[in-house]
This record gives sequence, structure tokens and C-alpha cells, in this order.
Amino acid sequence: MKDTPVLEICDLSVAFKMYDSVFGQRDLQVISDLSIKVYGGEILAIAGSSGSGKSLLASAILGILPENAIVTGDMRYNGQKLTPELQEKLRGTEMALVPQSIAYLDPLMKIGVQTDGHKKPYPKEKRRHIFRRLGLSKSTEKLYPFQLSGGMARRVLVSTALIANAWLIVADEPTPGMSLEQALEAMALFREMADDGKAVILITHDIDLAFAFADRIAVFYAGTTVENASALDFRTKPDALRHPYSKALWRALPQNGFEPIAGVQPYAGNLPQGCLFAPRCSCKSPKCEQEAPPMRELRGGEVRCFYAT
Amino acid sequence: MTVVSEIAKIMKQAFIHMIRMISLLFAVSVISFALVSASPVDPVQQYIMGIGAVSEEQRSEIEAYWGVDKPSVERYFNWLSALLHGDFGTSLLYRRPVIEIISERFKNSLALMMCAWVFSGIIGFSLGCIMGMNRDKWQDKIISKLCYLLSSVPTFWLGLVFLMVFAVMLGWFPVGFSTPIGMRSSEVTIWQRLYHLVLPSFTLSLMSFSSIALHTRQKMIDVMNSEYILFARARGEGRWVLFWRHGFRNTVLPAVTLQFASFAELFGGSVLAENVFSYPGLGSAVSAAGLNSDVPLLLGITLFSTLFVCVGNMIANLLYGMIDPKIREVGR
Repeated sequence: MKDTPVLEICDLSVAFKMYDSVFGQRDLQVISDLSIKVYGGEILAIAGSSGSGKSLLASAILGILPENAIVTGDMRYNGQKLTPELQEKLRGTEMALVPQSIAYLDPLMKIGVQTDGHKKPYPKEKRRHIFRRLGLSKSTEKLYPFQLSGGMARRVLVSTALIANAWLIVADEPTPGMSLEQALEAMALFREMADDGKAVILITHDIDLAFAFADRIAVFYAGTTVENASALDFRTKPDALRHPYSKALWRALPQNGFEPIAGVQPYAGNLPQGCLFAPRCSCKSPKCEQEAPPMRELRGGEVRCFYAT
Repeated sequence: MTVVSEIAKIMKQAFIHMIRMISLLFAVSVISFALVSASPVDPVQQYIMGIGAVSEEQRSEIEAYWGVDKPSVERYFNWLSALLHGDFGTSLLYRRPVIEIISERFKNSLALMMCAWVFSGIIGFSLGCIMGMNRDKWQDKIISKLCYLLSSVPTFWLGLVFLMVFAVMLGWFPVGFSTPIGMRSSEVTIWQRLYHLVLPSFTLSLMSFSSIALHTRQKMIDVMNSEYILFARARGEGRWVLFWRHGFRNTVLPAVTLQFASFAELFGGSVLAENVFSYPGLGSAVSAAGLNSDVPLLLGITLFSTLFVCVGNMIANLLYGMIDPKIREVGR
């Protein structure tokens, strides 16, 4: 593992300018004070439930958020500040997005031309080589996206990252709608990329798979990370975990008791004042409701909680 | 997939469309004949007006000769069998075979409509792209207001304004007709014909471009908000690349189809535009036939325009099947 992370995000916040007929312009906070690090050769899984702003994180990293987004905080790529100019340069070369479904492919463009991308000279030979390696037959290039099966689509989408030769791969929900075999196959592809020394960020709500294949896990809740931990901690027992939400997540898994906790995740627009998890936390104190806890190091991981031990 | 079976598939589709078209033409012939029979239009009176005073006996002789005194169902079948033998009858107004008038007038109309059609298609699509790519910016605001304005202005009014400004006040274009006045048709050059075509076709195209522009705008906005555009941006595609690789491709097909399907509006607009510019096309012939009780010509043009609109819709359908891979490939 190298000393400089491929991507380091410190206190990233994303808000949207909204125009409201009653209040006029207001900012809607969707990601607040998020911090993650990912090194070459590892998979960082960002795990959290739907609606927690995970997909926006992918857009923020690549710099493709809508125009009304306001981004604050610090992002560094190999130690270099990730400015919009740098993002533009890295998109499609060193940074790649692996989207979640076939809907991310132009319906009127054949697979071959589409995966080659817009940059000339077209990497036709390289693409054919990668297709062979992924088990896609040569005739795949002549198909249209809607003619692909789920598994083929997955491999085609992954191939775009391989063709670009990206060093940072952001995979946004790559497994929903797939059978277990397909999901395992997709995960194996990401594992392979990481083993080649690339940095993979896996954004997912498929916590089981994340636990099994990732090296480290960032637990995402209401637009921020509440815990950064080694995947090993999740594979053992809840006591190895730090944040109450991570523990609740662990217990909610079918094989671990299937126990839900009360309440719902707060949505952007009505986030609580202090700790974002406080309204659902069983060990909160008045302090939690007034002050947001900072990220602190604990037992080899990081946690955003005053009381975690 | 062989070329032969590909062609066979298209032939089969074309055949189905033909059957539909024939049944529609039949229905239109029944309805229009019924409407004309029920109307106070009296072709015999119209004919008599052309030849001067006649006595009652002469009048009933004419009626008997034409078969007007027979019941309408019988008259319809007489007309239909004549039609099927290629006889559309004789125009009372022009005293010439209807089919001759239609073919002559249609040439003029076709030139006018095709110019307007191509013009409105290109202008409408380009403006739609500009609006869609610059959504809610000043370009979009100005052009979309203009489109709304033009689509709510009546054709004849716009035609009159153009006539006043460009033909009367500025004198840039002729006031009417398809050729210069007082010239033999054999002496008229193609440039003179085109020169006479400019103002009416411009008027006609202004009427129809706004719908294609607004449609393309919406389609382009949908495309630009789509997930595949997000992914293309993530792969480093810039604004122009996005437009050429994805935007153009995904908006041009529906636009072309819509344009073919707009033959009905085009024909309707040409009736008004031709009257304003005294342009000797099918549109001005149909209003003349209607106003002068020229039943054979009126029915002939009705059938012909149905055929024209049908062909447009058929092309739109066939085209969609041929270009859209989802329809084309699934059929395999």
C-alpha cells in the first residue's frame, strides 16, 4: 500500500440551490462533512441505505454534479488538489465511473463504438482484447444495449473502466437486479482491478457483498460517513464495530438476527441539528442533539460519535 | 439475417399499410360523398350558370343525363366504379378532366409544400437543438417565446403581413402566382418559378417549424438529463461531443418521423397560403371547387389529399421501423 491515498476526501459537503415559492432561494444539504480515503490496491465500500446521497458522492468525485450544486471541502487525487479543471482532465482517463445499469448506455449506439469512447484513435484492439478477457464474444460489439443480458451489460460497463485504464474506479451500485452468481462475478471483476493496484470505490447498499469483497468499509448515513472500518471488523461481531448505526446495520442482516431499529433516516432538507443519528440512537445524550460529533480515530478505524469505545 | 428476408419484412409491412390505406380511402370516399349529397350544393345549377338560360325540360334532361335524379346510393356506386376505371369526372369549373387538374396543380403544390417542409424541418430541428442544449438560458427563452408566438398566429394573417412587407412595401418578391404575369409557361425559367415560390413557402414553413422545434427541444432536454449522458460526461465527453455522439442521434429520428407525420398540417396550411398568394396549387383549387360547387373536383381533391397524408404517415411508420434498432432488431 502506498503512503499517499489515490483519493482523499476531507469534510466534503454538497448542497443544492433550490428555489422555493415561499422561502425564496435556499440551500438543500445532501452530503455533509464526509471524509474518506482510498489507497491503490484496495476496495473501499461505501455502504448505506437508499436515499443517503451515495450516488451524488460519485458525481461529486467525478465533477459531474448538476449546475446548481455547491461543493465545499477538500478532495485530493494522489496528493493533488482535485479542482474542476483537474477533474475534467482525469474524467475518462484516470478516473472512471462504472454505472449501475444499462440505462447508462446510449440506446441508439452499438456496444463496440460506444465502449471505444470518443477519443481518437479508437482503442479497438484493446477493447477486443478486454472483451475476450471478460468472456464477451466478438459479436457483442455489434449489439445494441437493449440486446444485452444483465451479466453481459455488467461486463460491458466494467470494460469501459478497463479500456480507459483508470486508476480510480467509482462503481455506483453495480449489483442491484443481478442474480447472486452475477453479483459475485461482478465483485470478482472489481477485486481483480484492485489487485492490479487500482483504487476502487464501491458504492452499494448490498452490505453482505461489500463485507465479503471490500478491504475497508465506510458506513454512510444521511449524507455523511459515520464510521470507517476494516471489512474484517464487519465480518466478525458487532463489538468490533464502533458506531451505533454500524452495529444496528450489522444486527439488521438476516444472518445476524434480522433486527430492525426504530425510526427512519432523515432526508435532506430536515436534517437534525447535532449528530445525524441522534434521533434513532439508544445511547444519545443531550450533547448529541446540539453538537455534531467530529470524526475521531478509534481502534484502527474512525468513528463519528462522542461515546463510541 | 439475410438481405432477402429483410426486404421481405419491409414488403410485408408496406403491404399491411397498403391495405389500411385502401380501406381508409374507401371510408373517406363514402363520408365525403354523403356530406356532399346532404349539402345544398347543386352541380346542375352550377353547370347551367356556365351555359346561360335553360328551360325546365332542358334542365331535367341534363339531370337525367348526369344521373343526378337517381338515389344517392346508386349515384355513389356509379361514381366509385368510374373512379376504379380511372375516371374522376370532369371539373364543372375548369371544364377539364379532374385528374388533369389535380396532376397539374399538385406539381405546383408539391414544390411549395416540399420547400416549406424541408425548410421548416431544418430550421425547426436546429432551433430545437439550440433551445434544448441551452435550457433556460437566454437563447432558449427567446426562441421558445418566438415559437409559441408563431404557432398561435394564423397562416393567412402572417401571409398577408409578409405580402405587405416584402412584396408591396419592399418589392423584393412578386405579389402572387407561380410565374410572371403575361408570359407563356414554356418561357418561364426555373429561377422565376423559385422566385415566386419563396414567399409562400417561407410563410408555410414558419407555420409548421414551431411544433418540430418545441418537440425537439423537449426531446433534447430529456436526452441531456438522461443517465447515459451522465455516464458519457463521466467518461470525459465535452459539450460538443455529447451533442454529436448522443444528442443529435437520439433527437433526429423522432424529429424526422414527426415531420413525415405532419403532412396533414402541411396540406391544411397550403390551402390558406396558396389563397393568400394566389398560388395556383391544389390548395387554391380545393377552395375554388368548394365555393363554386364543383363536386367532381372537390371529391377528387379530397381523395387525393387523403392519399397524400396517408403516404406521409406510412413513410413515418416504415422509417421508424427501419431506423429504430429496438423495433428493427426485435423483429428478427
